[in-house]
Amino acid sequence: MRVDSFAFLPRSFRPLFEKPPRLPGHEAPVWAPFEKRLAEAKVALLTSAGLYVKATQAPFDAERERREPSWGDPSWRAIPAGIATSELGMMHLHLNAADVLADHDIALPTTVLAELVRDGVVGASTSQHVSVMGFQQAGLETWRSDTAPAIAALLRKEGADGVVLAPA
Amino acid sequence: MPVLARELEGRGLPTVVVTPMPDGAEHLLTPRILGVEFPFGHAFGRPGDRRTQRRVLDVALAVLAGAAAPGTRIDLDLAWPEPRGAAYKSWQPAEPSPIVAMMLARQKK
Repeated sequence: MRVDSFAFLPRSFRPLFEKPPRLPGHEAPVWAPFEKRLAEAKVALLTSAGLYVKATQAPFDAERERREPSWGDPSWRAIPAGIATSELGMMHLHLNAADVLADHDIALPTTVLAELVRDGVVGASTSQHVSVMGFQQAGLETWRSDTAPAIAALLRKEGADGVVLAPA
Repeated sequence: MPVLARELEGRGLPTVVVTPMPDGAEHLLTPRILGVEFPFGHAFGRPGDRRTQRRVLDVALAVLAGAAAPGTRIDLDLAWPEPRGAAYKSWQPAEPSPIVAMMLARQKK
């Protein structure tokens, strides 16, 4: 079967997302080979659900987005692997947050990854995962120039062998 | 998300993107894609449904570790367990996002 990419979107969105424009420098395939066996590899997770740690981190900036609707906060947050759902907040003006705040594993499956590590399917989880806020238009260049290099540096320091990303 | 995946991949980190929009991800030359026909914000399934969450992550990891070439796309053959109309409504915010509100206001003019 083939997934219907527009199953849960308003029909009017189709022309916007069917063939999004490729950014300069993103016109050719890119590839980093996965070198290890999964059972010996360390894996990191990345969500764009706009999750943050309520006690220690600021929410993503919704007020500026309300003032400038084509802007989305391009910053990022490191999320500890052992986080509990109750410790997380979510700032994302394009989604109903209720389900993610009931069980963050639907967007950032830290608990499931820990199970796979316990069962020997995956070698290890990084000690920190990553959260961004996925609505990016005017902030997209900052994602490329600042956010992505910073995330890559964190994940390299963590010893990640691969990253599972899930948009929200 | 394809943009971030490509930026990380270009810095030597292998990636897989689990997405309800695999067509767009393919067009953007995302290295490895797992398509899921799930509502937005629910890439791994429903709250509390560990079985589905584990299955999605398990397949995503298989794509991450086993894909042989850039542009690998696997679509997960798993139907969302709720009626499409209800799921379509439930992922959306209570009020339109600022950009959608702006577009709606323009359409009215």
